[in-house]
Amino acid sequence: MEMIKVKDLTFEYIRRDEDGNVESINTAIDNVNIKVSKGDFIAILGANGSGKSTLAKHINALLYPTKGSVWVNGLNTQEEKNLWDIRQSAGMVFQNPDNQIIAAVVEEDVGFGPENIGIPTNEIWERVEKSLKAVGMLEYRSHSPNKLSGGQKQRVAIAGIMAMKPECIILDEPTAMLDPDGRKEVISTIRELNKKEKVTILLITHHMDEVTSADKVIVMNQGKVVMQGKPREIFSKVDEIKSYRLDVPQVTELAFELKKAGLDLPEGVLTVEELVEAIKQLKKSK
Amino acid sequence: MQIVFDNVNYIYSPGTAYERHALKNISFSIEKGEFIGLIGHTGSGKSTLIQHMNGLMKATSGHIYFNGADINAQDYKLKELRSKVGLVFQYPEHQLFETTVFKDVCFGPSNLGLDKLEIELRAYEALKMVGIGDDLLDASPFELSGGQKRRVAIAGVLAMKPEVLILDEPTAGLDPRGRDDILDQIKKLHEESDITIILVSHSMEDVAKYVDRIFVMNQGELIFNHTAKEVFSRISELEEIHLAAPQVTYVMKGLKDAGFSVPLDVTTVEEAKNVILKLLKT
Repeated sequence: MEMIKVKDLTFEYIRRDEDGNVESINTAIDNVNIKVSKGDFIAILGANGSGKSTLAKHINALLYPTKGSVWVNGLNTQEEKNLWDIRQSAGMVFQNPDNQIIAAVVEEDVGFGPENIGIPTNEIWERVEKSLKAVGMLEYRSHSPNKLSGGQKQRVAIAGIMAMKPECIILDEPTAMLDPDGRKEVISTIRELNKKEKVTILLITHHMDEVTSADKVIVMNQGKVVMQGKPREIFSKVDEIKSYRLDVPQVTELAFELKKAGLDLPEGVLTVEELVEAIKQLKKSK
Repeated sequence: MQIVFDNVNYIYSPGTAYERHALKNISFSIEKGEFIGLIGHTGSGKSTLIQHMNGLMKATSGHIYFNGADINAQDYKLKELRSKVGLVFQYPEHQLFETTVFKDVCFGPSNLGLDKLEIELRAYEALKMVGIGDDLLDASPFELSGGQKRRVAIAGVLAMKPEVLILDEPTAGLDPRGRDDILDQIKKLHEESDITIILVSHSMEDVAKYVDRIFVMNQGELIFNHTAKEVFSRISELEEIHLAAPQVTYVMKGLKDAGFSVPLDVTTVEEAKNVILKLLKT
Protein backbone atom coordinates (compact mmCIF):
# COMPACT_ATOMS: atom_id res chain seq x y z
CA MET A 1 0.00 0.00 0.00
CA GLU A 2 1.33 3.43 -0.89
CA MET A 3 1.71 6.00 1.85
CA ILE A 4 2.80 8.83 -0.40
CA LYS A 5 2.58 9.19 -4.13
CA VAL A 6 4.03 12.19 -5.93
CA LYS A 7 3.19 12.32 -9.60
CA ASP A 8 4.73 14.71 -12.16
CA LEU A 9 5.05 17.35 -9.46
CA THR A 10 6.22 20.81 -10.49
CA PHE A 11 6.18 23.81 -8.18
CA GLU A 12 7.04 27.38 -9.12
CA TYR A 13 7.68 30.26 -6.74
CA ILE A 14 6.32 33.27 -8.60
CA ARG A 15 7.57 36.70 -7.67
CA ARG A 16 5.38 39.66 -8.53
CA ASP A 17 6.05 43.39 -8.46
CA GLU A 18 3.77 45.96 -6.78
CA ASP A 19 1.30 45.93 -9.70
CA GLY A 20 0.98 42.16 -9.63
CA ASN A 21 3.01 41.58 -12.79
CA VAL A 22 5.20 38.50 -12.76
CA GLU A 23 8.81 39.52 -12.10
CA SER A 24 10.42 36.11 -12.02
CA ILE A 25 9.55 32.44 -11.86
CA ASN A 26 11.70 30.05 -9.89
CA THR A 27 11.04 26.37 -10.49
CA ALA A 28 11.71 24.84 -7.08
CA ILE A 29 10.46 21.37 -8.02
CA ASP A 30 10.77 20.15 -11.55
CA ASN A 31 8.69 17.16 -12.61
CA VAL A 32 9.29 14.88 -9.63
CA ASN A 33 7.87 11.35 -9.24
CA ILE A 34 8.16 9.51 -5.93
CA LYS A 35 6.40 6.54 -4.33
CA VAL A 36 6.73 5.72 -0.65
CA SER A 37 5.27 2.47 0.72
CA LYS A 38 3.85 2.14 4.22
CA GLY A 39 6.52 1.45 6.82
CA ASP A 40 9.41 2.69 4.66
CA PHE A 41 12.29 4.75 5.97
CA ILE A 42 13.18 7.15 3.18
CA ALA A 43 15.94 9.74 3.30
CA ILE A 44 15.99 12.76 1.02
CA LEU A 45 19.39 14.30 0.45
CA GLY A 46 20.11 17.54 -1.29
CA ALA A 47 22.15 20.72 -1.04
CA ASN A 48 20.71 24.02 0.23
CA GLY A 49 18.17 25.18 -2.32
CA SER A 50 17.72 21.81 -4.04
CA GLY A 51 13.97 21.75 -3.38
CA LYS A 52 13.78 19.16 -0.63
CA SER A 53 11.93 21.35 1.88
CA THR A 54 9.53 22.52 -0.80
CA LEU A 55 8.80 18.88 -1.58
CA ALA A 56 8.18 18.11 2.11
CA LYS A 57 5.72 20.97 2.40
CA HIS A 58 3.66 19.45 -0.40
CA ILE A 59 3.28 16.22 1.50
CA ASN A 60 1.32 17.71 4.33
CA ALA A 61 -0.47 20.20 2.13
CA LEU A 62 1.32 23.36 3.23
CA LEU A 63 1.99 23.99 -0.46
CA TYR A 64 -0.01 22.90 -3.51
CA PRO A 65 1.40 21.73 -6.83
CA THR A 66 1.70 24.14 -9.76
CA LYS A 67 1.47 21.03 -11.94
CA GLY A 68 1.01 17.35 -11.13
CA SER A 69 -0.40 15.95 -7.91
CA VAL A 70 0.40 14.55 -4.49
CA TRP A 71 -1.55 11.80 -2.68
CA VAL A 72 -1.10 11.00 1.00
CA ASN A 73 -2.69 7.76 2.13
CA GLY A 74 -4.77 7.81 -1.05
CA LEU A 75 -6.01 11.38 -0.46
CA ASN A 76 -5.30 14.10 -2.98
CA THR A 77 -3.71 17.14 -1.25
CA GLN A 78 -5.48 19.53 -3.60
CA GLU A 79 -8.95 18.68 -2.34
CA GLU A 80 -9.73 20.92 0.58
CA LYS A 81 -11.92 18.39 2.35
CA ASN A 82 -8.91 16.10 2.73
CA LEU A 83 -6.75 18.72 4.41
CA TRP A 84 -7.28 17.74 8.06
CA ASP A 85 -7.03 14.03 7.39
CA ILE A 86 -3.80 14.55 5.51
CA ARG A 87 -2.22 16.70 8.22
CA GLN A 88 -3.23 14.16 10.80
CA SER A 89 -1.74 11.23 8.94
CA ALA A 90 1.44 13.07 7.88
CA GLY A 91 3.04 14.98 10.75
CA MET A 92 5.93 17.32 10.27
CA VAL A 93 8.99 18.11 12.42
CA PHE A 94 11.07 21.19 11.61
CA GLN A 95 14.65 22.29 12.12
CA ASN A 96 14.45 24.50 15.17
CA PRO A 97 12.97 22.80 18.24
CA ASP A 98 12.46 26.17 19.96
CA ASN A 99 9.92 27.18 17.33
CA GLN A 100 7.82 24.06 17.85
CA ILE A 101 7.34 23.96 21.58
CA ILE A 102 4.54 26.06 23.03
CA ALA A 103 3.58 24.80 26.48
CA ALA A 104 5.33 25.37 29.84
CA VAL A 105 5.38 21.67 30.75
CA VAL A 106 6.56 18.81 28.52
CA GLU A 107 3.40 16.66 28.85
CA GLU A 108 1.11 19.59 28.10
CA ASP A 109 3.08 20.35 24.99
CA VAL A 110 2.70 16.77 23.77
CA GLY A 111 -1.03 16.83 24.59
CA PHE A 112 -1.66 20.04 22.66
CA GLY A 113 -2.15 18.34 19.28
CA PRO A 114 -4.68 15.66 20.31
CA GLU A 115 -6.55 18.22 22.43
CA ASN A 116 -7.09 20.32 19.32
CA ILE A 117 -8.74 17.51 17.43
CA GLY A 118 -11.19 16.82 20.26
CA ILE A 119 -9.77 13.60 21.69
CA PRO A 120 -11.36 12.71 25.10
CA THR A 121 -9.18 13.66 28.09
CA ASN A 122 -8.46 10.11 29.19
CA GLU A 123 -7.24 9.16 25.81
CA ILE A 124 -5.10 12.30 25.54
CA TRP A 125 -3.19 11.27 28.66
CA GLU A 126 -2.79 7.75 27.33
CA ARG A 127 -1.40 9.07 24.07
CA VAL A 128 0.91 11.52 25.86
CA GLU A 129 2.35 8.74 27.98
CA LYS A 130 2.78 6.39 25.06
CA SER A 131 4.40 9.03 22.84
CA LEU A 132 6.82 10.22 25.50
CA LYS A 133 7.75 6.63 26.16
CA ALA A 134 8.35 5.99 22.46
CA VAL A 135 10.87 8.86 22.26
CA GLY A 136 12.46 8.01 25.63
CA MET A 137 11.35 11.22 27.35
CA LEU A 138 8.77 9.88 29.82
CA GLU A 139 10.83 10.76 32.89
CA TYR A 140 10.83 14.40 31.78
CA ARG A 141 7.03 14.65 31.51
CA SER A 142 6.65 17.27 34.21
CA HIS A 143 9.76 19.24 33.29
CA SER A 144 9.88 22.66 31.69
CA PRO A 145 10.87 22.32 28.00
CA ASN A 146 13.22 25.31 28.11
CA LYS A 147 15.57 23.50 30.48
CA LEU A 148 16.05 20.58 28.06
CA SER A 149 18.93 20.09 25.64
CA GLY A 150 18.38 20.59 21.90
CA GLY A 151 18.15 16.84 21.25
CA GLN A 152 15.65 16.39 24.09
CA LYS A 153 13.52 19.29 22.84
CA GLN A 154 13.49 17.81 19.37
CA ARG A 155 12.38 14.45 20.82
CA VAL A 156 9.54 16.22 22.65
CA ALA A 157 8.53 17.81 19.35
CA ILE A 158 8.50 14.32 17.78
CA ALA A 159 6.39 13.02 20.70
CA GLY A 160 3.93 15.85 20.00
CA ILE A 161 3.56 14.54 16.47
CA MET A 162 3.33 10.91 17.63
CA ALA A 163 0.43 11.85 19.93
CA MET A 164 -1.56 12.64 16.78
CA LYS A 165 -1.09 8.99 15.76
CA PRO A 166 0.26 9.79 12.32
CA GLU A 167 1.07 7.06 9.85
CA CYS A 168 3.92 9.07 8.46
CA ILE A 169 6.37 11.64 9.87
CA ILE A 170 8.30 14.07 7.71
CA LEU A 171 11.39 15.48 9.37
CA ASP A 172 12.93 18.52 7.71
CA GLU A 173 16.58 18.68 8.82
CA PRO A 174 15.68 17.80 12.41
CA THR A 175 19.33 17.67 13.50
CA ALA A 176 20.75 20.75 11.77
CA MET A 177 20.92 22.77 14.98
CA LEU A 178 21.99 19.96 17.33
CA ASP A 179 25.36 18.83 18.65
CA PRO A 180 26.65 15.28 17.88
CA ASP A 181 24.99 13.71 20.94
CA GLY A 182 21.69 15.40 20.18
CA ARG A 183 21.91 14.21 16.59
CA LYS A 184 22.45 10.62 17.66
CA GLU A 185 19.51 10.78 20.09
CA VAL A 186 17.14 12.09 17.45
CA ILE A 187 18.25 9.69 14.71
CA SER A 188 18.01 6.62 16.93
CA THR A 189 14.56 7.78 18.10
CA ILE A 190 13.43 8.05 14.49
CA ARG A 191 14.75 4.56 13.73
CA GLU A 192 12.94 3.10 16.74
CA LEU A 193 9.65 4.70 15.69
CA ASN A 194 10.07 3.25 12.23
CA LYS A 195 10.88 -0.26 13.45
CA LYS A 196 8.65 -0.60 16.51
CA GLU A 197 5.70 1.67 15.74
CA LYS A 198 5.84 1.05 11.98
CA VAL A 199 5.67 4.76 11.26
CA THR A 200 6.65 5.70 7.72
CA ILE A 201 9.61 8.10 7.88
CA LEU A 202 10.71 10.74 5.43
CA LEU A 203 13.98 12.20 6.68
CA ILE A 204 15.37 15.28 4.97
CA THR A 205 19.00 15.99 5.76
CA HIS A 206 22.41 16.83 4.46
CA HIS A 207 24.26 14.83 7.08
CA MET A 208 25.34 11.77 5.10
CA ASP A 209 25.98 9.57 8.13
CA GLU A 210 22.29 9.83 9.09
CA VAL A 211 21.00 8.13 5.98
CA THR A 212 23.05 4.92 6.04
CA SER A 213 20.24 2.99 7.73
CA ALA A 214 17.45 4.20 5.46
CA ASP A 215 15.63 1.75 3.17
CA LYS A 216 16.00 4.12 0.26
CA VAL A 217 17.81 7.38 -0.43
CA ILE A 218 16.50 10.00 -2.82
CA VAL A 219 18.96 12.67 -3.97
CA MET A 220 17.64 16.01 -5.20
CA ASN A 221 19.46 18.63 -7.19
CA GLN A 222 18.01 21.86 -8.57
CA GLY A 223 14.45 20.68 -8.10
CA LYS A 224 14.92 17.29 -9.77
CA VAL A 225 15.31 13.79 -8.38
CA VAL A 226 18.74 12.82 -9.66
CA MET A 227 19.47 9.59 -7.80
CA GLN A 228 17.33 6.93 -6.09
CA GLY A 229 18.42 3.71 -4.47
CA LYS A 230 19.69 1.88 -1.42
CA PRO A 231 22.29 3.81 0.63
CA ARG A 232 25.01 1.44 -0.55
CA GLU A 233 24.18 2.01 -4.21
CA ILE A 234 24.07 5.77 -3.76
CA PHE A 235 27.29 5.97 -1.79
CA SER A 236 29.23 3.88 -4.28
CA LYS A 237 28.95 6.81 -6.69
CA VAL A 238 31.20 9.21 -4.79
CA ASP A 239 31.99 11.52 -7.71
CA GLU A 240 28.35 11.88 -8.70
CA ILE A 241 27.28 12.62 -5.10
CA LYS A 242 29.95 15.30 -4.86
CA SER A 243 28.79 16.93 -8.08
CA TYR A 244 25.48 17.69 -6.31
CA ARG A 245 27.30 19.69 -3.58
CA LEU A 246 27.00 16.71 -1.24
CA ASP A 247 29.50 14.46 0.43
CA VAL A 248 29.89 10.84 1.54
CA PRO A 249 30.83 9.56 5.03
CA GLN A 250 34.59 9.79 5.59
CA VAL A 251 35.01 6.01 5.69
CA THR A 252 33.16 5.66 2.36
CA GLU A 253 35.51 8.21 0.83
CA LEU A 254 38.54 6.34 2.19
CA ALA A 255 37.29 3.06 0.68
CA PHE A 256 36.60 4.83 -2.62
CA GLU A 257 40.15 6.27 -2.70
CA LEU A 258 41.65 2.86 -1.90
CA LYS A 259 39.60 1.27 -4.66
CA LYS A 260 40.86 3.89 -7.09
CA ALA A 261 44.40 3.03 -6.02
CA GLY A 262 43.74 -0.54 -7.13
CA LEU A 263 42.54 -2.38 -4.01
CA ASP A 264 39.82 -4.98 -4.49
CA LEU A 265 37.20 -3.60 -2.06
CA PRO A 266 33.40 -3.92 -2.21
CA GLU A 267 31.28 -1.04 -3.59
CA GLY A 268 29.86 1.60 -1.28
CA VAL A 269 31.42 0.75 2.08
CA LEU A 270 29.27 2.43 4.75
CA THR A 271 30.81 1.63 8.12
CA VAL A 272 34.21 1.46 9.79
CA GLU A 273 33.65 -2.23 10.61
CA GLU A 274 32.98 -3.12 6.97
CA LEU A 275 36.18 -1.48 5.81
CA VAL A 276 38.32 -3.02 8.55
CA GLU A 277 36.86 -6.45 7.72
CA ALA A 278 37.51 -6.01 3.99
CA ILE A 279 41.13 -5.02 4.60
CA LYS A 280 41.62 -8.00 6.90
CA GLN A 281 40.36 -10.29 4.11
CA LEU A 282 42.71 -8.69 1.57
CA LYS A 283 45.66 -9.14 3.90
CA LYS A 284 44.71 -12.76 4.52
CA SER A 285 44.38 -13.62 0.85
CA LYS A 286 47.91 -12.39 0.18
CA MET B 1 52.14 35.44 23.27
CA GLN B 2 49.01 37.08 22.04
CA ILE B 3 46.30 35.70 24.32
CA VAL B 4 47.06 34.35 27.78
CA PHE B 5 44.52 32.92 30.23
CA ASP B 6 45.93 32.59 33.72
CA ASN B 7 43.79 30.52 36.08
CA VAL B 8 40.50 31.93 34.81
CA ASN B 9 37.25 31.01 36.58
CA TYR B 10 33.74 32.05 35.75
CA ILE B 11 30.71 31.40 37.92
CA TYR B 12 27.16 32.11 36.72
CA SER B 13 24.81 33.60 39.36
CA PRO B 14 27.16 33.11 42.32
CA GLY B 15 25.47 32.79 45.67
CA THR B 16 22.08 31.77 44.22
CA ALA B 17 20.36 28.43 43.67
CA TYR B 18 21.36 28.66 39.98
CA GLU B 19 25.07 28.97 40.69
CA ARG B 20 27.12 27.20 38.04
CA HIS B 21 30.88 27.00 37.71
CA ALA B 22 31.22 27.41 33.94
CA LEU B 23 35.00 27.86 33.63
CA LYS B 24 37.32 26.08 36.02
CA ASN B 25 40.95 27.20 36.39
CA ILE B 26 41.54 27.72 32.68
CA SER B 27 45.14 28.45 31.70
CA PHE B 28 46.64 28.52 28.20
CA SER B 29 48.46 30.75 25.79
CA ILE B 30 47.93 31.34 22.09
CA GLU B 31 50.64 32.69 19.81
CA LYS B 32 50.05 35.17 17.02
CA GLY B 33 49.08 33.44 13.80
CA GLU B 34 47.96 30.12 15.29
CA PHE B 35 44.92 28.18 14.05
CA ILE B 36 43.13 26.72 17.08
CA GLY B 37 40.16 24.35 17.10
CA LEU B 38 37.87 24.45 20.12
CA ILE B 39 35.64 21.43 20.67
CA GLY B 40 33.38 20.24 23.44
CA HIS B 41 29.74 19.51 24.18
CA THR B 42 26.91 21.94 24.41
CA GLY B 43 27.27 23.26 27.94
CA SER B 44 30.99 22.43 28.21
CA GLY B 45 31.92 26.11 28.47
CA LYS B 46 33.08 26.84 24.90
CA SER B 47 30.85 29.86 24.39
CA THR B 48 31.63 31.22 27.84
CA LEU B 49 35.32 30.86 27.05
CA ILE B 50 35.24 32.73 23.75
CA GLN B 51 33.16 35.53 25.22
CA HIS B 52 35.95 36.11 27.74
CA MET B 53 38.45 36.56 24.92
CA ASN B 54 36.99 39.84 23.75
CA GLY B 55 35.77 41.09 27.08
CA LEU B 56 32.05 40.41 26.64
CA MET B 57 32.21 38.50 29.92
CA LYS B 58 34.44 39.31 32.85
CA ALA B 59 36.25 36.52 34.70
CA THR B 60 35.11 35.87 38.28
CA SER B 61 38.77 35.27 39.13
CA GLY B 62 42.06 34.95 37.28
CA HIS B 63 43.66 37.09 34.57
CA ILE B 64 43.39 37.41 30.81
CA TYR B 65 46.16 39.14 28.88
CA PHE B 66 45.94 40.38 25.30
CA ASN B 67 49.32 41.32 23.81
CA GLY B 68 50.68 41.49 27.33
CA ALA B 69 48.04 43.80 28.82
CA ASP B 70 45.51 42.67 31.46
CA ILE B 71 42.12 43.21 29.83
CA ASN B 72 40.30 43.52 33.12
CA ALA B 73 42.59 46.28 34.41
CA GLN B 74 40.85 49.56 35.31
CA ASP B 75 42.34 51.63 32.49
CA TYR B 76 42.15 48.95 29.75
CA LYS B 77 40.14 50.03 26.73
CA LEU B 78 37.71 47.19 26.05
CA LYS B 79 36.35 48.91 22.97
CA GLU B 80 39.76 48.69 21.36
CA LEU B 81 40.02 45.02 22.32
CA ARG B 82 36.73 44.28 20.60
CA SER B 83 37.98 45.71 17.34
CA LYS B 84 41.08 43.52 17.61
CA VAL B 85 39.33 40.31 18.61
CA GLY B 86 36.50 39.73 16.16
CA LEU B 87 33.78 37.32 17.20
CA VAL B 88 31.53 35.69 14.60
CA PHE B 89 28.51 34.22 16.37
CA GLN B 90 26.47 31.21 15.25
CA TYR B 91 24.14 31.98 12.34
CA PRO B 92 25.80 35.39 11.83
CA GLU B 93 23.63 36.01 8.77
CA HIS B 94 20.75 36.80 11.13
CA GLN B 95 22.63 39.99 11.91
CA LEU B 96 22.68 41.30 8.34
CA PHE B 97 20.44 44.35 8.06
CA GLU B 98 21.60 46.84 5.41
CA THR B 99 20.12 47.38 1.95
CA THR B 100 23.24 46.25 0.09
CA VAL B 101 26.05 43.80 0.74
CA PHE B 102 28.66 46.56 0.54
CA LYS B 103 26.87 48.86 3.01
CA ASP B 104 26.45 46.01 5.46
CA VAL B 105 30.17 45.29 5.51
CA CYS B 106 30.93 49.03 5.88
CA PHE B 107 28.88 49.24 9.06
CA GLY B 108 31.55 47.88 11.42
CA PRO B 109 34.51 50.00 10.32
CA SER B 110 32.33 53.12 10.05
CA ASN B 111 31.88 52.86 13.82
CA LEU B 112 35.65 53.02 14.32
CA GLY B 113 35.85 56.69 13.31
CA LEU B 114 37.76 56.05 10.07
CA ASP B 115 37.47 58.21 6.96
CA LYS B 116 35.16 57.14 4.16
CA LEU B 117 37.89 56.01 1.79
CA GLU B 118 39.48 53.77 4.40
CA ILE B 119 36.09 52.29 5.34
CA GLU B 120 35.24 51.44 1.76
CA LEU B 121 38.68 50.04 1.08
CA ARG B 122 38.41 47.75 4.11
CA ALA B 123 34.94 46.58 3.14
CA TYR B 124 36.09 45.87 -0.39
CA GLU B 125 39.12 43.92 0.78
CA ALA B 126 37.12 41.97 3.35
CA LEU B 127 34.55 40.89 0.75
CA LYS B 128 37.34 39.83 -1.54
CA MET B 129 38.91 37.77 1.25
CA VAL B 130 35.74 35.75 1.73
CA GLY B 131 35.28 35.24 -2.01
CA ILE B 132 32.32 37.56 -2.66
CA GLY B 133 32.73 38.99 -6.15
CA ASP B 134 32.12 42.56 -7.38
CA ASP B 135 28.83 41.53 -8.99
CA LEU B 136 27.25 41.03 -5.57
CA LEU B 137 28.33 44.31 -3.92
CA ASP B 138 25.05 46.07 -4.68
CA ALA B 139 22.80 43.08 -4.15
CA SER B 140 20.52 42.93 -1.14
CA PRO B 141 22.05 40.62 1.45
CA PHE B 142 18.67 38.92 1.74
CA GLU B 143 18.75 37.72 -1.87
CA LEU B 144 21.89 35.67 -1.36
CA SER B 145 22.18 31.95 -0.67
CA GLY B 146 22.80 30.73 2.89
CA GLY B 147 26.52 30.23 2.32
CA GLN B 148 26.93 33.63 0.65
CA LYS B 149 25.07 35.41 3.46
CA ARG B 150 27.33 33.81 5.99
CA ARG B 151 30.43 34.90 4.11
CA VAL B 152 29.15 38.48 3.96
CA ALA B 153 28.59 38.38 7.73
CA ILE B 154 32.15 37.13 8.25
CA ALA B 155 33.42 39.91 5.95
CA GLY B 156 31.67 42.40 8.25
CA VAL B 157 33.91 41.26 11.09
CA LEU B 158 37.04 41.06 8.90
CA ALA B 159 36.55 44.68 7.83
CA MET B 160 37.33 45.64 11.43
CA LYS B 161 40.85 44.26 10.72
CA PRO B 162 40.92 42.04 13.79
CA GLU B 163 44.16 40.40 14.91
CA VAL B 164 42.18 37.44 16.17
CA LEU B 165 39.11 35.96 14.49
CA ILE B 166 36.87 33.69 16.55
CA LEU B 167 34.24 31.71 14.63
CA ASP B 168 31.49 29.91 16.55
CA GLU B 169 30.38 26.98 14.37
CA PRO B 170 30.66 28.86 11.08
CA THR B 171 29.33 25.92 9.04
CA ALA B 172 26.18 25.00 11.01
CA GLY B 173 23.24 24.38 8.68
CA LEU B 174 25.25 24.62 5.45
CA ASP B 175 25.39 21.81 2.90
CA PRO B 176 28.69 19.91 2.51
CA ARG B 177 29.97 22.04 -0.36
CA GLY B 178 29.01 25.25 1.45
CA ARG B 179 30.87 23.95 4.49
CA ASP B 180 34.04 23.19 2.51
CA ASP B 181 33.88 26.57 0.73
CA ILE B 182 33.76 28.49 4.00
CA LEU B 183 36.47 26.46 5.72
CA ASP B 184 38.77 26.63 2.68
CA GLN B 185 38.25 30.38 2.56
CA ILE B 186 39.15 30.66 6.27
CA LYS B 187 42.23 28.51 5.74
CA LYS B 188 43.33 30.72 2.85
CA LEU B 189 42.79 33.83 4.96
CA HIS B 190 44.96 32.28 7.67
CA GLU B 191 47.72 31.42 5.21
CA GLU B 192 47.75 34.80 3.50
CA SER B 193 47.76 36.98 6.61
CA ASP B 194 49.10 36.69 10.13
CA ILE B 195 45.61 36.53 11.64
CA THR B 196 45.03 34.18 14.58
CA ILE B 197 41.99 31.95 14.13
CA ILE B 198 39.92 30.15 16.73
CA LEU B 199 37.38 27.77 15.23
CA VAL B 200 34.61 26.38 17.41
CA SER B 201 33.22 23.21 15.85
CA HIS B 202 31.35 19.99 16.49
CA SER B 203 32.87 18.29 13.49
CA MET B 204 35.94 16.26 14.36
CA GLU B 205 36.66 15.68 10.66
CA ASP B 206 36.80 19.43 10.00
CA VAL B 207 38.90 20.20 13.04
CA ALA B 208 41.36 17.44 12.14
CA LYS B 209 41.67 18.74 8.60
CA TYR B 210 42.27 22.42 9.32
CA VAL B 211 43.72 23.33 12.71
CA ASP B 212 47.23 23.31 14.28
CA ARG B 213 46.14 22.75 17.84
CA ILE B 214 42.96 21.57 19.56
CA PHE B 215 41.42 22.69 22.82
CA VAL B 216 38.89 20.24 24.25
CA MET B 217 36.49 21.54 26.90
CA ASN B 218 34.49 19.33 29.26
CA GLN B 219 32.31 20.53 32.12
CA GLY B 220 34.12 23.85 32.33
CA GLU B 221 37.61 22.39 32.25
CA LEU B 222 40.20 22.51 29.49
CA ILE B 223 41.10 18.82 29.33
CA PHE B 224 43.20 18.71 26.16
CA ASN B 225 45.49 21.30 24.61
CA HIS B 226 47.44 19.37 21.98
CA THR B 227 47.89 18.80 18.26
CA ALA B 228 45.07 17.06 16.40
CA LYS B 229 47.09 13.87 16.15
CA GLU B 230 47.71 13.66 19.88
CA VAL B 231 44.11 14.44 20.77
CA PHE B 232 42.47 12.01 18.35
CA SER B 233 44.82 9.13 19.13
CA ARG B 234 43.26 9.14 22.63
CA ILE B 235 39.97 7.72 21.41
CA SER B 236 38.88 6.10 24.66
CA GLU B 237 39.35 9.30 26.66
CA LEU B 238 37.38 11.24 24.06
CA GLU B 239 34.57 8.70 24.17
CA GLU B 240 34.35 8.97 27.93
CA ILE B 241 33.26 12.58 27.48
CA HIS B 242 30.97 11.67 24.53
CA LEU B 243 33.20 13.04 21.82
CA ALA B 244 34.58 11.00 18.95
CA ALA B 245 37.59 10.90 16.68
CA PRO B 246 37.28 11.15 12.87
CA GLN B 247 36.04 7.93 11.20
CA VAL B 248 39.44 7.21 9.63
CA THR B 249 41.01 7.16 13.10
CA TYR B 250 38.50 4.43 14.01
CA VAL B 251 39.55 2.45 10.92
CA MET B 252 43.12 2.58 12.24
CA LYS B 253 41.97 1.48 15.68
CA GLY B 254 40.02 -1.42 14.14
CA LEU B 255 43.10 -2.54 12.21
CA LYS B 256 45.32 -2.23 15.26
CA ASP B 257 42.84 -4.24 17.35
CA ALA B 258 42.96 -6.91 14.64
CA GLY B 259 46.68 -7.20 15.23
CA PHE B 260 48.16 -5.05 12.46
CA SER B 261 50.87 -2.59 13.25
CA VAL B 262 49.44 0.74 12.14
CA PRO B 263 49.75 4.15 13.76
CA LEU B 264 46.72 5.51 15.63
CA ASP B 265 47.44 9.18 15.03
CA VAL B 266 45.89 9.25 11.56
CA THR B 267 43.24 11.91 11.09
CA THR B 268 42.68 12.51 7.36
CA VAL B 269 41.59 10.36 4.40
CA GLU B 270 44.89 10.99 2.60
CA GLU B 271 47.01 9.75 5.53
CA ALA B 272 44.81 6.72 6.10
CA LYS B 273 45.00 5.79 2.43
CA ASN B 274 48.80 5.83 2.51
CA VAL B 275 48.97 3.78 5.70
CA ILE B 276 46.63 1.09 4.33
CA LEU B 277 48.37 0.87 0.96
CA LYS B 278 51.68 0.45 2.75
CA LEU B 279 50.21 -2.18 5.08
CA LEU B 280 48.97 -4.25 2.14
CA LYS B 281 52.27 -4.04 0.27
CA THR B 282 54.29 -5.62 3.06
